[in-house]
Amino acid sequence: MVEPRALVAEVTRLVLRRLAFAVPVLLVVSFGLFLLAKASPFDPVERYFGVRIIGADPERVAQIRENWGVDRPVVEQYTAWLGHAVTGDFGDSLSLQQPVSQVIGDRLGWSTLLLAVSFTLALLLGLALGTLAAWRQGGWLDRAITSGAYVLEAAPVFWLGLGALFVFAQQLQWLPGGGLTDADQALDLDQLVRHLVLPAGVLAISQAPWFALFVRQNLLEALTQDYVIGARARGLPDRTVVLGHALRTSLLPFLTLLGARLPELISGALLVETVFSWPGIAKATVDAALNVDFALLGALTLLATAAVLLGNLVADVLYALADPRVGFDG
Amino acid sequence: MRTVLGFVLLGALAVAGCSVPEQGPAGPPAMVIGAGQEPDNLNPILGYAPDGSSKVFDGLVDRDARLALTPRLAQRLPEASPDGLTWTATLRQGVKFSDGTPLSAQDVVFTYKSVLDPKVNSTIASRYDAVAEVTAPDDSTVVFKLKYAYSPFAQYLTLGIVPRKAFDGVDVNAAPFNTAPVGTGPYTVSQWRKGDRMVLKANDGHWDKAPAIKTVTFVYVTDDNARATRMASGEFDATVLPPRLARTYTGRAGYRLVQNPSADYRGLGLPSALPFTADPKVRLAINTGINRQAMIDTILAGAGKPAATPISPYLDEWYDPAATFDFDATAAGRLLDDAGWRIGPDGKRAKDGERARLPILYPAEDSLRKDLALAVGSDLAKLGIDAAVEATTFELILKRQKEAAAIWGGGDPYDPDSAAYTLLHSRYSGQPGYVNMTLYNNSQVDAALDTARKSLDPAVRKQSYRDFQKVFTGDPGWAFLVFLDHTYVMRDKWNGIESQVEPHDHGMVHAVWWNLEHWSPK
Repeated sequence: MVEPRALVAEVTRLVLRRLAFAVPVLLVVSFGLFLLAKASPFDPVERYFGVRIIGADPERVAQIRENWGVDRPVVEQYTAWLGHAVTGDFGDSLSLQQPVSQVIGDRLGWSTLLLAVSFTLALLLGLALGTLAAWRQGGWLDRAITSGAYVLEAAPVFWLGLGALFVFAQQLQWLPGGGLTDADQALDLDQLVRHLVLPAGVLAISQAPWFALFVRQNLLEALTQDYVIGARARGLPDRTVVLGHALRTSLLPFLTLLGARLPELISGALLVETVFSWPGIAKATVDAALNVDFALLGALTLLATAAVLLGNLVADVLYALADPRVGFDG
Repeated sequence: MRTVLGFVLLGALAVAGCSVPEQGPAGPPAMVIGAGQEPDNLNPILGYAPDGSSKVFDGLVDRDARLALTPRLAQRLPEASPDGLTWTATLRQGVKFSDGTPLSAQDVVFTYKSVLDPKVNSTIASRYDAVAEVTAPDDSTVVFKLKYAYSPFAQYLTLGIVPRKAFDGVDVNAAPFNTAPVGTGPYTVSQWRKGDRMVLKANDGHWDKAPAIKTVTFVYVTDDNARATRMASGEFDATVLPPRLARTYTGRAGYRLVQNPSADYRGLGLPSALPFTADPKVRLAINTGINRQAMIDTILAGAGKPAATPISPYLDEWYDPAATFDFDATAAGRLLDDAGWRIGPDGKRAKDGERARLPILYPAEDSLRKDLALAVGSDLAKLGIDAAVEATTFELILKRQKEAAAIWGGGDPYDPDSAAYTLLHSRYSGQPGYVNMTLYNNSQVDAALDTARKSLDPAVRKQSYRDFQKVFTGDPGWAFLVFLDHTYVMRDKWNGIESQVEPHDHGMVHAVWWNLEHWSPK
């Protein structure tokens, strides 16, 4: 057993080490993004014009290209952007004609809400179903849960979303079909919760199968461990054995993988936001990519990378706290 | 568990930092519209609603249901000097912006000057290429001096006017105004939650008259299927849907299916620089050998009209009913034979050992253009032409403008000059960008377009455009395919709906709700 104080020191060291590592990662990722955007077959100025590019005066188009500096070498563009970014100034979004900070400020919260609720739901669903399936291994319940999980794993999120929209909004009329509130309603908790049910539910259900199968697999392994077999032999009730002993040990690897699951969740959110007109950051991200909106893309990439790094860090810290036998960064 | 979820929800809400807007409806009547496209910004200077119907702004002029210009912020239609170089507009008295500021000629000057300012990233500056300067001799007069006589000029005075004081010391390109504008129009923006909805409130102090519909909510749903489902669940009063989805409402009680004509064309640009299509006979053969009606019947579910030039058949004033191509594959084959492209034993045409080859490009994300490209490709294959269809991007299509055909779209119904001049005048041949992409060059077409652009005499203009259509259909540089109809589904609850020929854009501005400030509940 590690001393609590030593544990705190260990965790602090881990966090500091990871932070030092995060800086070069963020630099490399953001520069890579600029290189990719430069190589993209899309031209930011032409995208900005949209259909009005047809017949637009070539001199005018060239003028805007110059105003934006998008014809300059990529290193020059990147260093200019970075110089502002480190002072917290992320510039203006070319595709939305708003400061980047405002674009993100307006939208990030809604995406965070959607992700947090979906993630929690997916986790609970995955835990409950995975445990049930493992406990009744080989039975009809297990078969139903595993085959259901495989089907859902394969179903595109987009398709799930449209299906849910059709059933719950159109046929049953139980739930609103999108947005944050009804068209003529002000934003309040009741409105928000009702509008959150479908998008969060669809996103959770699209993510839950992976969790369920993972929990089931680990639990089955744990159930064959000596101490579990021993506990069962001592005549402890099944529930205590499964929930108390086996689940606790099988959850450890689960924690590490949560962080790794974040990118999946983010890309799922993107499709769900599109189907349900959820005013989050995901759709703005797609538009930014299609429009080669350097300023917005840069800021969003930093955010997403930071979120993934942070997710992994939190998972590792939790893991370390849950099982002190595990060495740090080892 | 419940409490944990509650905490997560509350925590995330705190992160969202949401300000709760004031309570919804100011009382009936209200209307909810499901729109497919959301504007990027609401600033006329940058390019919001340049053709009027903007809901939030007024231009010097506007258009009625028949597209005739009507005075709006101008007392009467602006007039040109006899040489066509000076246009003068006199402002209506007593007009106020929604924040109470009186409208002045200085606001008009500021609006147009900003559009022309090289530092402002306006997408519509090209429309005002003819303008040399804009001045206000007094507070109610605006004078436009032109570099050259440009008779359609009044058509471009539909641009919304902004209050100059809103831009004091602010960069127009990222001004707060772009999302929270102030105008003189029939509605004001009360809330815009980007990516979700925009709520407009009637401007009861409007100089003309207060709209009967007091609240209009535009809900933005980009996905067609999601929009159709939400219309069916009773959430919207009106929405725009592709023809096939709209058709499902035919004859349903309480609903109206609206099909509006447009000048929105899709056409196949034929490269003049490619040896095969450099021959006018070959271009004529392609125009004769494609079955436009079949495209309309199948791909557009009947919602469209065949095209031969960029001038829409709905523009009675300009359109020449004789300027069409009748589908005749046999005649097309004969034309190709005459041009020396003969069918070989393998069923493919060739000339001097060179295969008849015409790649057809379309932008990958556009499924309508994909369908049209495939239809054209199969019609050309039947003529013995090797027409491979490829998905790509606009940028790459332009790079291959000398060796490949491509499906382009555009067009507006206001004046033939804007649809035809930059597209077909040889002055633009070989210039960078999206002007005369096919490098078309015909001196008679040039002459007709120039005369029509400069003359102030309507009879002369009409004859010039007739000449243009005649010459062009004899020597087509394109195979214009179809003019699309735009289809809408509405709940049958409103009076005042009038059809207006629509431009390419039919998101929030034009479309069946172009004049909703004049609608009233049934």
